[in-house]
Amino acid sequence: MTIATFPPEPKPEPGWGRYFSFCTDAKVIGIQYIVTAFFFFLIGGLLAMVIRGELITPESDLVDRAVYNGIYTMHGTIMLFLFTFPVLNGLNNLLIPTMIGAPDMAFPRLNAVAFWLVPIFGFLLMASFFVPGGPAYSGWWSYPPVSIQNPLGNLINGQGMWITAVALSGVSSIMGAINFVTTILRMRAPGMTLFRMPVFCWTALAAQSLQLIGLPALTGGAIMLLMDLTFGTSFYRPEGGGDPVLYQHFFWFYSHPAVYVIILPVFGIFSELFPVYSRKPLFGYVYVALASFIIVGLGLIVWVHHMFPSGVAQWMRNLFMVTTMLIAVPTGVKVFAWLGTLWGGKLRLTTPMLFCLGGLFNFVFAGITGIMLATVPVDIHVSNTYFVVGHFHYVIYGAAVMGIFAAIYHWFPKFIGRMPYEGLGKLHFLLTFVGANLNFLPMHPLGLMGMPRRVSSYDPEFTFWNVVASLGAFLLGVSIIPFLLNMLSAWIRGPKATHNPWNAIGLEWLLPSPPPEDNFGEDVPTVISRPYGYGTGQPLVEHQDEIERRLELQEAAA
Amino acid sequence: MTTTTLQQPGTPAEHEQHPKHNLTGFIIFLCSESVIFLAFFSGYALLKTSALNWLPDGVDGLEWRMPLVNTIVLVSSSGTIALAEHFKNRENMLLFRGFWLMSMAMGAYFLYGQAVEWSGLQFGFTSGTFGGTFYLLTGFHGLHVATGILLMGLMLIKSFIPGNYSGGEQGVQATSLFWHFVDVIWIILFLLIYVWQ
Repeated sequence: MTIATFPPEPKPEPGWGRYFSFCTDAKVIGIQYIVTAFFFFLIGGLLAMVIRGELITPESDLVDRAVYNGIYTMHGTIMLFLFTFPVLNGLNNLLIPTMIGAPDMAFPRLNAVAFWLVPIFGFLLMASFFVPGGPAYSGWWSYPPVSIQNPLGNLINGQGMWITAVALSGVSSIMGAINFVTTILRMRAPGMTLFRMPVFCWTALAAQSLQLIGLPALTGGAIMLLMDLTFGTSFYRPEGGGDPVLYQHFFWFYSHPAVYVIILPVFGIFSELFPVYSRKPLFGYVYVALASFIIVGLGLIVWVHHMFPSGVAQWMRNLFMVTTMLIAVPTGVKVFAWLGTLWGGKLRLTTPMLFCLGGLFNFVFAGITGIMLATVPVDIHVSNTYFVVGHFHYVIYGAAVMGIFAAIYHWFPKFIGRMPYEGLGKLHFLLTFVGANLNFLPMHPLGLMGMPRRVSSYDPEFTFWNVVASLGAFLLGVSIIPFLLNMLSAWIRGPKATHNPWNAIGLEWLLPSPPPEDNFGEDVPTVISRPYGYGTGQPLVEHQDEIERRLELQEAAA
Repeated sequence: MTTTTLQQPGTPAEHEQHPKHNLTGFIIFLCSESVIFLAFFSGYALLKTSALNWLPDGVDGLEWRMPLVNTIVLVSSSGTIALAEHFKNRENMLLFRGFWLMSMAMGAYFLYGQAVEWSGLQFGFTSGTFGGTFYLLTGFHGLHVATGILLMGLMLIKSFIPGNYSGGEQGVQATSLFWHFVDVIWIILFLLIYVWQ
């Protein structure tokens, strides 16, 4: 047979313009999300460099104290609302439709609106640097009464803009969540039952359900905060009969689950990648999938552990200590499942695999300090110290961001159609892993010694560990250079990727790289077995051989 | 070769709107939206039970008779909208439009009653947590009633497009669900604010 038996592929060779337009293709939106997120990642990272530059000496010498307050507030806000959530939504957009064999998301236009809100509230947040009084300075959680002060009396002030931006981010995330959940529930390929769905989709479903339950509480709390700040109500104002702790409940009811919204998809990434690079099926697939929903259930009833020193009743402290510790059970199930997958596998230490292994290592460390923090006496001792900052950054940077990097290296060939460079990738991994541990490990002894967070000057006895942490931070800053270099040069002139360069199993790997706009179109393959059939020789879909042969022929023709 | 039949040139794979998914998405949205009310309700209950002086000076409480009339009107409109939906399913467009319009009018009457009540009150937005929560809860709910009326108006206009409703519900079911949701929220709100004094 010849190539001519295939109908000519209508290849319009879409230009760069669509990445700057209101495009409703999930794959374009996914890349829009990821690129926008990394733009803000650089800004947030720059602020982190300023913070660590200030803290390299005990004196407050680099920036003004008031400016410092604004910088750490904006660092946290940008990294969470403008980097982590958008980059994960980008991965959801790329992976969910292709993994379940859907042509697009359930609501393509809603999807595009959700994305375009990100640059809008990003711009709003950035603009707050330039209003009189500067940006918000009450920390990323914006506790009243600090956050309801408006000393200059301007209607447009940094704190007000912060609240509006966070509320808009909530609207965008809810739109995204409705879309992802509907897509996963209603648009799966024939034969793909829930228990034949890749774990990434399970974790995305779990994480997005958490968004839907938790986020409205924060939005409600933020509306009341904005009214206190702007219109003189007294929901959180003690002098008017209000209760500042009420805001903490609203804030943490969402913002603790928000950590699971971030880490659950990363669990999904680990569960996808370990089998590929160990050549073994995922150990305990059903338990890994279901553990995601146990984490959702438990994750909604742990928020008071952020408020142990806020004057809550003793019975609440006891209750929430127990629920918090219980979270270790489903997460432990996952960690042991990954170890079981790795055990006796044929490990291939590619860049994505290295990032996964590093992320897993950091996650276990963060889990142990998490259990320490859940213990009421320890928590009260280290509350508001660098111990908390260290724990949090191990989770978010050490585990989540490394998992995100792993995902980007792993799926880059699929969605861009070109291979990233392994050498630069491994250099990026080395700098990230060493930098992150050098940066965040010293925060634990500092916290135990009693160094408070959110200060620009400190007792000279803390100098040594702070210098180490700052050097680690600068290493992390440098680590982004090989990453950007790798992504840009691979996108422009990297070697062409085949449809399945990692020899992975999954619907997305049965599509050409990059996939056509409507993915499988009308010919969605019928799924006949569970995912991760590595080493079993079992096909994933009907007529798998034919589909693969056709893709190989197309590649040979190109 | 069988694979040639898999792709058919000239028929681009269509994936525009999925009406069935719209309802799924809308139900998920309503579940999520109920959490924001839950947050406001629990905040209200917490502020009220922990308050030293709940009522501002010169305020004895809330008058409940007129809001009760309002409640009866709004709750009955849930019945009329259900009737409208029933007649739409029987393809009796005249009765559908009649009951649909009646539900809209009852919603509008509710908003009018709310406005009359607000204008006669002795306390404002900034009168402690009592005033703040009262206006926040009733205002946020009122915003939902107004949204519901707008959605119903849109559905009514769409009903005059020939053949618009022949293929499926096209939004009528979602709007009516939204209206029931607004009613249930109001019943909880009425119990919390007017009955529990």
